[in-house]
Amino acid sequence: MITTPGLHAYLVLAALVFAVGLFGVLTRRNAIGILLGIELMLNAVNINLVAFARFQADLAGLVFTLFVISITVAEVGVGLAIVIAIFRVRRTVDADHLNLLKG
Amino acid sequence: MTLATVVFWAVALALLASSVGVVLTPNLFHAVLYLAAALVATAIVFLLLDAAFLFAVQLLLYAGGVVTVLVFAIMLTERLIGERLSQTNRHVVNGAVVAAAVFIGVAGFIVGSPGMPAPAGADRTADIARALVGPFAATFEVLGVLLVAALLGAIYFARAED
Repeated sequence: MITTPGLHAYLVLAALVFAVGLFGVLTRRNAIGILLGIELMLNAVNINLVAFARFQADLAGLVFTLFVISITVAEVGVGLAIVIAIFRVRRTVDADHLNLLKG
Repeated sequence: MTLATVVFWAVALALLASSVGVVLTPNLFHAVLYLAAALVATAIVFLLLDAAFLFAVQLLLYAGGVVTVLVFAIMLTERLIGERLSQTNRHVVNGAVVAAAVFIGVAGFIVGSPGMPAPAGADRTADIARALVGPFAATFEVLGVLLVAALLGAIYFARAED
C-alpha cells in the first residue's frame, strides 16, 4: 500500500537515517568515519526541519536548515583539521588509540 | 500514484541504502562516495519538499565542498590501497541496539502524533532572502563570525610546525 508521502513518511525517513548515522558514530574505528556518521545525523535533522517547514508553511525551518548547513561546514573544517593534527603527532586516526586524555 | 510519490519512495530507498553503505563499508574512501550519494538524495528530498534553494545549497556546499574536503583528509591520513584492519570496533552489537532503540523511540512518537495536511506548496526562495536580512539578520551576522573563527581555528590546528 503506497500512498502520497505525508509528514510522517519524511519524519520516519529522517529517523531511520539518524539511527544509521548514530550506529556509524558508535561503531566506526576511524575518526573520519565517525565524522561521516555525524554528517548523516545532521542531514537527517535537516530533512526534519525542511519537512516541518513545508507542512507548517513556516519559514523558520528553511532558515534554520541554512544555518545548520553552514555550521556543519565549519564543524567539518575544524574537525578534519584536528584529525590531521592528531595524525601528524600519533601517526594514526584510530579512535581506540587516541586515549591521551585517559586518566 | 503521482510522479512525486514514485520519486519520493525511490529517493528514500536510495538515501537509506547509501546511508547504510556509509556506516558499513570497510573502505573509508568508498564510504565518502556513499556519503556523497546520500547527500545528493537528501537534496532531492529537499526538492520534493518545495525547497529549491536548499536543494542548490545542499549540492554546492555538501556534495561539492564537504565531500571534497573529506576526500583530501582521507588521502592525507590513510593509504587508499592496501588491506585495512577491521573498521568497526568491538561495540557493533551495542551500537546496533542503541541505534535501534533510538529509532523505535522516535518512530513511536511520530506514529502516535497526528498528521498534518499539506498546505499548497510554493517557492519560498524570496521569503528566505527577506527573512535572512529581516528577523534573522543578527543570527546571520553571528554566523559570519562563527565561520571566520572556524577558518582561523582550522588554519591554527593544521598549520605546519616550524
